Amino acid sequence: MDARRPPRAVIDPKVRTVGFFTPPDPIQFDSNSLSPVMIPPPCHSSENLDLHSPPSVTPPSGDESVSVTGSYNGSSSELFPAPMSPALSQKIVAGDGGVGGGIVASSFPRGGGVPVCKLTTVSVVNTDSFAFDERDKPNKGGGSSMEVKDQAMNSKQKNEKSSKAERRALQEAQRAAKAAAKAEGNKATGTVTSGNLKSAKATKPPQKVDNTSVAASEKKGVDRPSEKDRKKDVPHPRMQYDDKSRVEKAKRRAVVNHTESRNRVELFRHLPQYEHGSQLPDLEAKFFQLEPVHPSVYKVGLQYLSGDISGGNARCIAMLQAFQDAIKDYTVPPEKTLVRDLTAKISSYVSFLIECRPLSISMGNAIRFLKSQIAKLPLTLSESESKTSLQSDIERFIYEKIILADKVIVEHAVTKIRDGDVLLTYGSSSAVEMILLRAHELGKQFQVVVVDSRPSLKGKLLLRRLVEKGLTCTYTHINAVSFIMHEVTRVFLGASSVLSNGTVYSGVGTASVAMVAHAFHVPVIVCCEAFKFHERVQLDSICSNELGDPDVISKVSGRGDVNHLDAWANAENLQLLNLIYDATPSDYVSIIVTDYGMIPPTSVPVVVREYSREQVWI
Amino acid sequence: MDFQVVVLAGGVSKKLLPLVSHELPNALLPVANRPVLSYVVELLELSNLKDLIVVVEGKDTALNVGAWISGAYADRLHVEVAAVPEDVGTAGAIRAIARHLYAKDILIVSGDLVSDVPIGAVAATHRRHDAVVTALLCNTPVSGPLESVSSGGKDKAKKPGRYDLIGLDPTKQFLLHIATGAEVEKDLRIQKSILRSVGQVEIRADLMDAHLYAFKRSVLLEVLDQNGEFHSLKHDVLPYLVRSQLKSEVLLNGTPQAEENGTEKVISQSNQQMLSQILANASEPTFHLRHELSTNGSDSVRRTHKCCVYIAGSNKYCARLNSLQAYNDINRDVIGEASHLSGYSFSSHNNIIDPTAELGAKTTVGPHCMLGEGSQMGDKCSVKRSVIGRHCRIGANVKVVNSVVMNHVTIGDGCSIQGSVICSNVQLQERATLKDCQVGAGYMVTAGSDCKGEVLTKK
Repeated sequence: MDARRPPRAVIDPKVRTVGFFTPPDPIQFDSNSLSPVMIPPPCHSSENLDLHSPPSVTPPSGDESVSVTGSYNGSSSELFPAPMSPALSQKIVAGDGGVGGGIVASSFPRGGGVPVCKLTTVSVVNTDSFAFDERDKPNKGGGSSMEVKDQAMNSKQKNEKSSKAERRALQEAQRAAKAAAKAEGNKATGTVTSGNLKSAKATKPPQKVDNTSVAASEKKGVDRPSEKDRKKDVPHPRMQYDDKSRVEKAKRRAVVNHTESRNRVELFRHLPQYEHGSQLPDLEAKFFQLEPVHPSVYKVGLQYLSGDISGGNARCIAMLQAFQDAIKDYTVPPEKTLVRDLTAKISSYVSFLIECRPLSISMGNAIRFLKSQIAKLPLTLSESESKTSLQSDIERFIYEKIILADKVIVEHAVTKIRDGDVLLTYGSSSAVEMILLRAHELGKQFQVVVVDSRPSLKGKLLLRRLVEKGLTCTYTHINAVSFIMHEVTRVFLGASSVLSNGTVYSGVGTASVAMVAHAFHVPVIVCCEAFKFHERVQLDSICSNELGDPDVISKVSGRGDVNHLDAWANAENLQLLNLIYDATPSDYVSIIVTDYGMIPPTSVPVVVREYSREQVWI
Repeated sequence: MDFQVVVLAGGVSKKLLPLVSHELPNALLPVANRPVLSYVVELLELSNLKDLIVVVEGKDTALNVGAWISGAYADRLHVEVAAVPEDVGTAGAIRAIARHLYAKDILIVSGDLVSDVPIGAVAATHRRHDAVVTALLCNTPVSGPLESVSSGGKDKAKKPGRYDLIGLDPTKQFLLHIATGAEVEKDLRIQKSILRSVGQVEIRADLMDAHLYAFKRSVLLEVLDQNGEFHSLKHDVLPYLVRSQLKSEVLLNGTPQAEENGTEKVISQSNQQMLSQILANASEPTFHLRHELSTNGSDSVRRTHKCCVYIAGSNKYCARLNSLQAYNDINRDVIGEASHLSGYSFSSHNNIIDPTAELGAKTTVGPHCMLGEGSQMGDKCSVKRSVIGRHCRIGANVKVVNSVVMNHVTIGDGCSIQGSVICSNVQLQERATLKDCQVGAGYMVTAGSDCKGEVLTKK
């Protein structure tokens, strides 16, 4: 909602006049002063493009399935010249008069002694396509398996088509039924509560407009990509989960079966809040029903849902790699253009992923990048060329925006570590970890305090890796942070996103750590790649957040005796709140280390504005 | 989803001998008047898996099975039947059809599985962990008739032998040990290396391997290729993969990486490493990963692969028809507690009586019973918890309890059948009493004979 506001409105005029330079104001202490550096022009990307020649993605040659089919053909032509004894091939008497039938050829020994056997199609889906193909291929004995296979393929394709049509018809029918039901329902409610009806109506139009605008912009095609992008850049109003009619609609579209948890915290009703136990098995059970979702995307979705992948960068990389796979396997359906169809396809994947877990801002940016790349594809490119170009675009995004950005961040941030420092970090951030390891490699003498919190305890994983590398570490929980802060000289924090008012949106607990550090006059250094920046403004962590599984906080792993919250869901006057993110106000942040340099939080809008305009940022 | 399904329908099992024959192979053995194979096929169909390869032992058997499938599933499924020689084992069967397999992962299902476990869940678990093999485990079914105590004692002595000993990690996601009950004599050997890296192994005897596996095709074929002596998937291939999971010899880890490096030259090795590290650091490392990383002393990179399990919930039904006892049990369950599997709609009396069946006066058919079409029953009969097939003629005063009567069986007046299986075309003359017997197809039981726990077959 806030994000709909034009970005200029939120920019502090003082900052705008400064441009790339920032006033040396945000740090107050002399001993720990961190001089803001100049933002370098975005040279690294082009530099690296030079270093590493543009991706020459060769078409996937070693594809397994391809090679297998090849060998299958080869072997069959090799194997079948051997005359098969006629006794081995017999007709199967079909169940009811020539419906099914085929040739049974039993196995015969191959040279290696491994028995090789042939498949006999005994049942196909389309009867009319099951006429025997009697073309006699050269160097083949009896009824060849190839032909049977061919038929099978044909029939299979037909089957798919017909079933698709059927499905469409079914869907149509269901829709009609639902519309009818809904109309009735509306009538009924309309008589009772007019206010309810009004609200339902009020919410309906914007959604419709959204849909049509997206569709329209897609239809406009490639001739005016910039305008279209602009339109798409405006984020959709976030779904408010206390808005019943829209939730109902979303539910009908949903693939993942969500059951809403009962004891919802009143303040956070607008956020999606589901029972977590039932989602994974339900989605798993539907594995084969979800035909439109690409297996790689499906796998990533499952991993999000089960928590196998967490952390902004990892989620983003996993998603992009899945999209890469999906694009690799994508073929343009007949009578459709790649630009439109692929965009729709990616959108459907994204909505699937959102159902598994709400997107992070970094992922949203990555998706926006991918879609703009698709829209920008020139129409003259062939299908395979577009696909390779998109794949290399994704590759480039991962490389430039994540890996290279991290390297630049590490190089900048390492200069802020001096011998004898005590560094505090909270949770587990990949960028901070790299900084610490790099500083250790450079031979700097410092200590690390890893602050952690329940229930995720990600700090433990970080701690394990740091200790393995030989760093001196202290591990504590967040409730002891004010005690340990006395000894700390610098606080390094990761971020899920940095918003244009300088607010750092990060894992829950970050704000308290930053606040304590601020109170103790310890500089807080936030490390965040620029692709996680967002033009949105957020003042608190309520309006936009994610809710985790409340059961996780009620259970203490390894302590079966701490069971006071068991069966808490049955207590009506108890609600558990497991927030995932919080917003750290920019006051508590001394500096943000990003791939464009070290900037004060007030300069975030500059990065967002300058680099997004040139399409360098995204 | 890049899965191929192979149904191992078997041939004529010795364990089921009086019941099965070349005309009626294992796969076509009726369970609640439907071939047992149909339960698997319909379970697969429910998961939208419509391309199946059915592997049958023996040519004649394959013809029979193929004919049945083409009759029953034409228009609905795309089924291919492959005949393999008898006694090649499950591994041999896969070897024989290896060149027809092309998908990334292969789902191998035993044809005698009667279950309602969502197959997609197994496949999803397999994919999520990027496992080499994922096995479906289920709770061991309740064996033996529910009430009769006499036969229970005898079966209990046998029972532990039939089941598997399964080692799981604390998260119950990975398979660390598998041994068939029969192989274990007195002691159980667990690899030290696995125990050391996992820290805690849970050994369970209450789980049964349901013979539903998802295999990575490349690995499965490689293992079968390299180990020519492997005969069975369950006894050879699966234990091999589980044993070697921390010192993997299969090439699965090497190939994809080489491929990526070949195609994407932009990303140098170090960047690739960084990428995979970010991904790896993002989650709780499994013991496989920890083991890979802990290179104490040896420089060589340790390679591991994952063997996963999917444990079916206790509310799911899962049983295998692999013994005579199991045949009785499954028949009982399918028309009893797991009645949703049968696909029939039960009457208000909780039984199924075909409208064409004729019942005599004062004849009672109790709950959990099934009476096939065209069957006739005389007066004063009583049927309890039994399945009676099609076109049977049953005389007066006959008692059928806990039994399975197949098609075209003639039963004379005054017979009593308890806990028995009567195959097709059997003739029972007057006042025959059968208890816990199996009567082979076409046999004639003479009048007044009294059999207990016998196997009666035609010579």
